Amino acid sequence: MEYFLLIIAAIFVNNIVLAQYLGNCPFIGTSKETSVAIGMGGAVVFVATLATAITWAIQKFLLAPYDLGYLQTIVFILVIAALVQFVEMFLKKVIPPLFESLGIFLALITTNCAILGIAIIVQREEFGFVKSVVYAVASGIGFGLALLLLSGIREKLDTVRIPQSLRGTPIALIMAGLMSLAFFAFKGMI
Amino acid sequence: MSKFIKEFTKGLWKDLPPFRLVLGLCPTLAVTKTADNGLGMGLAVIFVLTLSNFMVSLVRTSIPAKVRIACFIVIAASLVVAVELLMQAYAYPLYTQLGIFVPLIVVNCIILGRAEAFASKNPIHLAVADGLGMGIGFTLSLTFLGALRELLGSGTLFGAQITAEWFKPFGFMVEAPGAFVGLGLVLGGMNYFTNWQRRKQGKAAIDGPTHDCKTCGMCQGLGGK
Repeated sequence: MEYFLLIIAAIFVNNIVLAQYLGNCPFIGTSKETSVAIGMGGAVVFVATLATAITWAIQKFLLAPYDLGYLQTIVFILVIAALVQFVEMFLKKVIPPLFESLGIFLALITTNCAILGIAIIVQREEFGFVKSVVYAVASGIGFGLALLLLSGIREKLDTVRIPQSLRGTPIALIMAGLMSLAFFAFKGMI
Repeated sequence: MSKFIKEFTKGLWKDLPPFRLVLGLCPTLAVTKTADNGLGMGLAVIFVLTLSNFMVSLVRTSIPAKVRIACFIVIAASLVVAVELLMQAYAYPLYTQLGIFVPLIVVNCIILGRAEAFASKNPIHLAVADGLGMGIGFTLSLTFLGALRELLGSGTLFGAQITAEWFKPFGFMVEAPGAFVGLGLVLGGMNYFTNWQRRKQGKAAIDGPTHDCKTCGMCQGLGGK
């Protein structure tokens, strides 16, 4: 039950993009087409889970025992950057079809602040290992869901006449605001 | 000297980071609940951006092209750690207010974007001018958006009550939805202003700047090789 609540909270109530403001650049940048949004969402779930697991272990066994907590930011971002490179090479060699569908998004993920954000949030909340990984998966799914919904709306918006000043990014942000308002209603659930 | 001024001033209006280049959206949305927080975040970014531009420009000739992104990340991350420690020591309330977004300055597209697109190709004094200008532009934008949201959302400005008593603040503006809608409307307003100017000069109206990953220099550096 504890994990169920955690998952629901991470996907809907505290959605990583719409309530916690993380990962907005790819959220606005890759939401023009549904197929692209699905690829990006998948890549985020995959990398966020791996990155959270690895950074959790590093914090627990390397930074905390030697009192190096102040190096957290620099170590985490380097681990994530290296991890993304490794995942890219690994997928290219071992699972080419998956690389085909996720490949171009992997390169963009290092600067996706949702990944580093999730890794830091689980440290600040002092989650255990399993809880951290579950939280990372659920947050990744929440990101993918928000991205998919926005891309669906933006594909429809292409056929609508919008005032010229609002075309493109401004209307996407306003739509994201309305989605955020809808997700806001989930706050009453828990 | 004129070049220095040109690079400095472009960040203040022509290439205003969050509104024109559409870079660094997460902090722009997240910390602009109040004008105070926007200003504090902006100052931290000025510090990191100016010094990172300076250091990147300093080592630009000695870094092999293949590992440059990794080097930029290390430089930015070290400066962010310095900012974190400084804020913990001298501005602890602000540090707790900004929360997770202080360490996240390291993945702010502005820092790595400017390192990749400008500082790694230009001499030190121009890189510093670019960093200062962009940083100040970012700060002004964040303070403006923060002031707007604070004024409408809680009827105060920099924490001081300034609206009349009959004004009922709409809490919507200080929550997440207000951040998205507020930024969207400000961007729309900027586009409207640009087109109004263009029409006065007799030119055709244009669409506003679109945001995709190509606007981020970092993404080009990683994805484009």
